[in-house]
Amino acid sequence: MAKNKKMKKTTRSNLLMFGFVIIFWAVIQLISLTGHMTSKLNGLLIPVCAYMIMAISLNLVVGFLGELSLGHAAFMSAGAFVGIFFYTTVGAALPKAAAVLISFIMGGAAAGLFGLIVGVPVLRLSGDYLAIVTLASGEILKNVLSALYVGKDSAGIHVSLKDQFSLGLAPDGKMLVKGAMGIPGIQKFSNFTVGIVLILITLAYIVNLKNSRAGRAITAIRDDEIAARATGLNLTHYKLTAFVSAAVFAGFAGVLYALNYSSLVADKFDYNLSINVLVMVVLGGMGNIFGGMIAAILLTILPEMLRGFSQYRMFIYSIVLIVMMLFNQAPVLVAWRQRLVARIRGSKNAPEETVETADSSYFEEIREKNSDDSAKEGK
Amino acid sequence: MQFLTYLVRGISLGSVYALIALGYTMVYGIARMLNFAHGDVIMVGGYVVFFAFCKSGINPLLSILIAMAACTLLGMTIEKVAYKPLRGTPSLAVLITAIGVSYFLQNGAMLLWKSDPKSFSSIVGISGLNLFDGRLQISAETIVTIITCIVIMIVLMWFVKKTKPGHAMQAVSEDRGAAQLMGINVNGIISLTFAIGSALAAIAGALLLSSYPTLMPTTGAMPGIKAFTAAVFGGIGSIPGAFLGGILLGVIENLSKAYISTQLSDAIVFLVLIIILLVKPTGLLGKKATVKV
Repeated sequence: MAKNKKMKKTTRSNLLMFGFVIIFWAVIQLISLTGHMTSKLNGLLIPVCAYMIMAISLNLVVGFLGELSLGHAAFMSAGAFVGIFFYTTVGAALPKAAAVLISFIMGGAAAGLFGLIVGVPVLRLSGDYLAIVTLASGEILKNVLSALYVGKDSAGIHVSLKDQFSLGLAPDGKMLVKGAMGIPGIQKFSNFTVGIVLILITLAYIVNLKNSRAGRAITAIRDDEIAARATGLNLTHYKLTAFVSAAVFAGFAGVLYALNYSSLVADKFDYNLSINVLVMVVLGGMGNIFGGMIAAILLTILPEMLRGFSQYRMFIYSIVLIVMMLFNQAPVLVAWRQRLVARIRGSKNAPEETVETADSSYFEEIREKNSDDSAKEGK
Repeated sequence: MQFLTYLVRGISLGSVYALIALGYTMVYGIARMLNFAHGDVIMVGGYVVFFAFCKSGINPLLSILIAMAACTLLGMTIEKVAYKPLRGTPSLAVLITAIGVSYFLQNGAMLLWKSDPKSFSSIVGISGLNLFDGRLQISAETIVTIITCIVIMIVLMWFVKKTKPGHAMQAVSEDRGAAQLMGINVNGIISLTFAIGSALAAIAGALLLSSYPTLMPTTGAMPGIKAFTAAVFGGIGSIPGAFLGGILLGVIENLSKAYISTQLSDAIVFLVLIIILLVKPTGLLGKKATVKV
């Protein structure tokens, strides 16, 4: 680390994050090149990438803006449906690379638009009320998408919110969206490198935003809304910036995720998915992008690793979740842990600190420090 | 007449939501936390009644009492183990822990009682009403649910307004620190709140399952979210608000199921919620809190 000493702390931690993602990519490449890739691990790669993007983008809303969003999956869903709809219809005639690229753009744009529609009214609320409205908008989108039927025949495109038969499709027509069955017959496209590139783009955007004027404004709103307003910040503008950017990236994640499977159903993007992403963000440390990424990887892989115990899997997961939260947050346990760390430090002369997901950030830290908090806690 | 049938059914469903919402709203008012595991306490209550009443044939009232005792114990244990150590930390930490507890209860139930749906037989042994030459039928479950809800609501209001522990609850919800200085046992009051909320959840579980008799480990999740919505709808922290919100939510849900679309009924419920919150950001009966600088 000596050569980095002169660099600013923030620059160093940002480089560490990008480096980590690239190393992650390299390790996976190495595994697959040496032929150690199992089909189980392979199937997890794209979901891991998608969840990492989700966690990074939700961090913008929860960690930096300080608003609790329980509907992040809705943006993922909006992006996935629009992107995949394009991919399976118009995109089928295009070269694959172009189709995928445009699908991503369409998905991101759709999610951003949905974020704007939800965001403008919702951001007038705060706290628990905002949380319940984001939850509600996610449920609304899920319900509407589950009831959506789209078909195409020579007369054009038919849309119905009731059932397949009310579409009035000609016999030669083709069903494109089948209500609760969603969009079937997707030509799978799962490319880990594309996932990594998307993560890097997301990281670059968020890190830049964080260290920009807008980012400082956003964290100022989190720390004290009234003071931020008093200094003349346009609250709505900055809140929307954070909210809509997060939605756009969730849309990308949605397209990435959906392209990995042969069919897309709205039920996948339910309230539980939003909660899962929120858990990643909180476990990784709110406002700590790096921690969120690690948590996303662990929490996507952990349930799969526990699949051997099948029925005990989610039970163990829930216990781990509760215990981790208690250890990380409960004042008594935090104090105990710090005493323990201090004792080890004292006797072993400061062993090199490895980054631990659960350990890397505290809530108090966010309150006290500004946006330049490092990914790695500089103890 | 059709309309009346739907309306009455809606009120009945709404009464169940109201009972659950009362638990949410009291805990929120006093401990300032969203107890996401509340819906799953209902499920546990449902299972206890199922085994006591449907399997062992214990008297329905007695089985509900057993379920109330079990849920009270469960609620207080959860509070002690999972929430109490986190008191004073940001609400998000407690929220995530509550979600963890919710997963724990669901998956614990799945291990203990398996995930196959159990069919619940109604705890209400009397027959329903036939009005207007049988054109308006009201089931006994509906009547019992509505009456139970109203009685509980009145008792609860009396408890909070007129008794000493009730006054202590109000004080704790107003200002925890000041309440402690006045010699109120804040931890005890919070435990009491959890106990009451969980006991109500047991009753709600038994009533819900009498009308909708499918019992699974995930049974509590959706009513839980709906009841939470109802509590916010009526103004979270307010007891009459939870009642009003619950009834309205049930009625809207049933009417939109009947007249608009079955698939979209949830979407409509949530849409109404969003519109209400935008017009009145603190819910129907919520207190407007002014922020002091």
